[in-house]
Amino acid sequence: MSVILAEAMHLPLLASSQLEAARSQMAFTLGFHIILASLGVALPALMLIANYRGLRHDDPDALLLARRWSKVVAVTFAVGAVTGTVLSFEFGLLWPAFTGQFGKVFGVLFAIEGIFFFLEAIFVAIYIFGWERLKPWTHFWCGVPIAICGIGGAFSVVAVNSWMNQPQGFSPTSGDVTKVQPLKVIFNPAVPYEVPHMILAAYLVTGFLVASIYAVGMLRGRRDRYHRLGLLIPLTVACIATPIQFAVGDTAARAIANDQPIKFAGMECVQQTATHVTEYIYGRCTSDGVKGGIGIPGFDSFLVGWNTDTQVTGLDTVPSDDRPPANTMLHWAFDTMVGICTMLIALGAWLGFVWWRRRDIPRTKWFLRAVALSGVAAVVALECGWIVTEVGRQPWVVYNILRTQDAVTQADGVWVTFTIIVGLYVLLAAALIITLRAMGRRWRTADGEGGDDDAPYGPSAPLPADVPSEEGVR
Amino acid sequence: MSKADAVAGMLWVGVTAYAVFGGADFGAGFWSLVAGDHHPGRRARELIDWAIGPVWEANHVWLIFVLVVLWTGFSSAFEAVFSTLFIPLSLAALGIVLRGSGFAFHSTARRQRGRSAAELLFGLSSLLTPFFLGTVVGAVASGRVPVGNATGDPISSWLNVTSVLIGALFVATSAYLAAVFLVSDARRAGAADLVHYFTTRAIGAAIAAGALAVAGLFALHADARFVYDGLTSDGLPLVIASAICGAAVLVLLHRRARRGARPLAVGAVVAIVWGWGVAQHPYLLPQTLTIDDGAAPSDTLTGLLIVFGAAIVLVIPSLALLYTLAQRDLVREGERPLPHPTKP
Repeated sequence: MSVILAEAMHLPLLASSQLEAARSQMAFTLGFHIILASLGVALPALMLIANYRGLRHDDPDALLLARRWSKVVAVTFAVGAVTGTVLSFEFGLLWPAFTGQFGKVFGVLFAIEGIFFFLEAIFVAIYIFGWERLKPWTHFWCGVPIAICGIGGAFSVVAVNSWMNQPQGFSPTSGDVTKVQPLKVIFNPAVPYEVPHMILAAYLVTGFLVASIYAVGMLRGRRDRYHRLGLLIPLTVACIATPIQFAVGDTAARAIANDQPIKFAGMECVQQTATHVTEYIYGRCTSDGVKGGIGIPGFDSFLVGWNTDTQVTGLDTVPSDDRPPANTMLHWAFDTMVGICTMLIALGAWLGFVWWRRRDIPRTKWFLRAVALSGVAAVVALECGWIVTEVGRQPWVVYNILRTQDAVTQADGVWVTFTIIVGLYVLLAAALIITLRAMGRRWRTADGEGGDDDAPYGPSAPLPADVPSEEGVR
Repeated sequence: MSKADAVAGMLWVGVTAYAVFGGADFGAGFWSLVAGDHHPGRRARELIDWAIGPVWEANHVWLIFVLVVLWTGFSSAFEAVFSTLFIPLSLAALGIVLRGSGFAFHSTARRQRGRSAAELLFGLSSLLTPFFLGTVVGAVASGRVPVGNATGDPISSWLNVTSVLIGALFVATSAYLAAVFLVSDARRAGAADLVHYFTTRAIGAAIAAGALAVAGLFALHADARFVYDGLTSDGLPLVIASAICGAAVLVLLHRRARRGARPLAVGAVVAIVWGWGVAQHPYLLPQTLTIDDGAAPSDTLTGLLIVFGAAIVLVIPSLALLYTLAQRDLVREGERPLPHPTKP
């Protein structure tokens, strides 16, 4: 751990002008947004599953869950809209040379994303308005576009990131771009593995996160049907998504070994190109190879090509300027992501086995404790995955075409904006958590459900008339 | 008209929509900030609360639309503006974060303290964002933003008489638009005291905006001759239209007219935004970068136009559905009208 900290601390010392401040700010704001974005993609789907169940099986508990989750969707969506707007400013404030050169290449994807975002905002409002104003099934179908737009928006944004990893569809590759082929940009070679990987991650994170909240409730003795359902719906979705995610992630890793061999070498700490490469679990990356950690001889080669004879490209094939920084951190992030995913699969298998035997969740408290931890674990895995793809692409912002240091703003003051934004986001996170907890408390104590005016996008509360007017009617 | 001009027109539609809807939203925050805690102010804030509907997000989507069209269609102009004007744009972004947070937490905060905090954020952001976006417009119009990565002056590009006047004009215009809207909202809510409250404020803001606009013209004359010349030649009909609309709104407000003020106030803002566009044409960054020179390759522009068409086809019916739903609520819950009339 101290090694990682040392590497992380070391980074700012290498700072040339604004580069490290800009990278820190981008990493921080994206790392924050990615959690909200995941909720925005997947929580509407959980809400719709509960809604469907509620209508199909005449299940008031499921309907109540759907109604409450729709308010959580509204709050997290509104906060996600804020952090997303910040990101769009950062394209210019932090990386003007990147956007100035390539905005015309990848920008159409963001225009598409804009439509999905707009539609999602509108249908979130329609859905919340609709609880008391639409027929039940009409209302359900009005919620479906939210989930579709979430997936469409995720596709568009992640396709841009895929393009940064596998840039194509424009010419010339240096200097002013004069020709763009938008379809080649949109369907770049990294899309088939990166986009599903992120969408599944969103479902997995949201599922475990929501389930963990109900697991905590059950551990505190609230073991009614409502809590069981609140645990089971998201947990089932997440447990189905996890093994698929493992397969997609494995495919992605193999594709990266081929498409971005230096990123892969960084993830796995492969110094020299060789066959029969040892797979290390954790350990410290040095130029002489991995120190410590658990080594499995030949396994890295096997993972790349199903055969220990497979050659794996090493970091030594490129000059040190072209290698990703913070190698140990990168390696640990990758191993942590894979490790957490493996444990979550085990959790799903446990649930699946017990459910198959006796149609119930495991009775032991240890199961609920594991679920309670799974939410945080899934978020950690998500962040680790993001670190792998972003830090692993360095020193490039557009792989092998534009260096991050050449993309950064020449304006001064990024350390100032970074400091302010850290403070602001800490407050934002606190406000979000306090708000969601207060909503939960209100639901537990309130006898009735009240209106929908306690969520953003909901209808306005009536204008209070109890304050007598001093001026009277003129 | 070239494809680049079409995309620039699309950009301008976004700028106009943001000026009107975003402006009205920030203006409401301005009135919320200056309303004070005592009696008429508190009721005014309640009206503002009630009037800002669920479609708030739609207002700010326009800003994202403008950013995306600018960086996709005119990447080098985007680079120039966002690097040279790092400081005012960071401050505008700060305002947007505060505004968005206020929106997200306001309706969920049950305790008065939480609500007050959200209102304060909303109010502060309503000063920050329009003012600094106005200084950005001033910097661009006065030709202080050269092409390249932060090649302009980081301070004097936006901290100058022209930019500051335009910043103040933006704040005044937002307040004016919001007050005119709130007069109608107060009438809809049957709150006669608030009709009076916002009418006087709308007139005050209109006079302030008019004075700032005249001062701004003088500043442009001295400082940004190209845009001034454009405003007084090709753009002149639009400038006159804006002035006539503005004057008509004053008359209507003074007469307590029931209708007409709202569309005319919007007309005044739309006319001046397009007047600015016409005055700047064919430049994106006056006298250094034209629309054609700054435009993206042809296929990108086609892509943008297709997406814009798709947006119109998809978004307008969805928005119509939302508005209908909001209206239907009023109709069906007739016995329990949303706004309670104030008792005499």
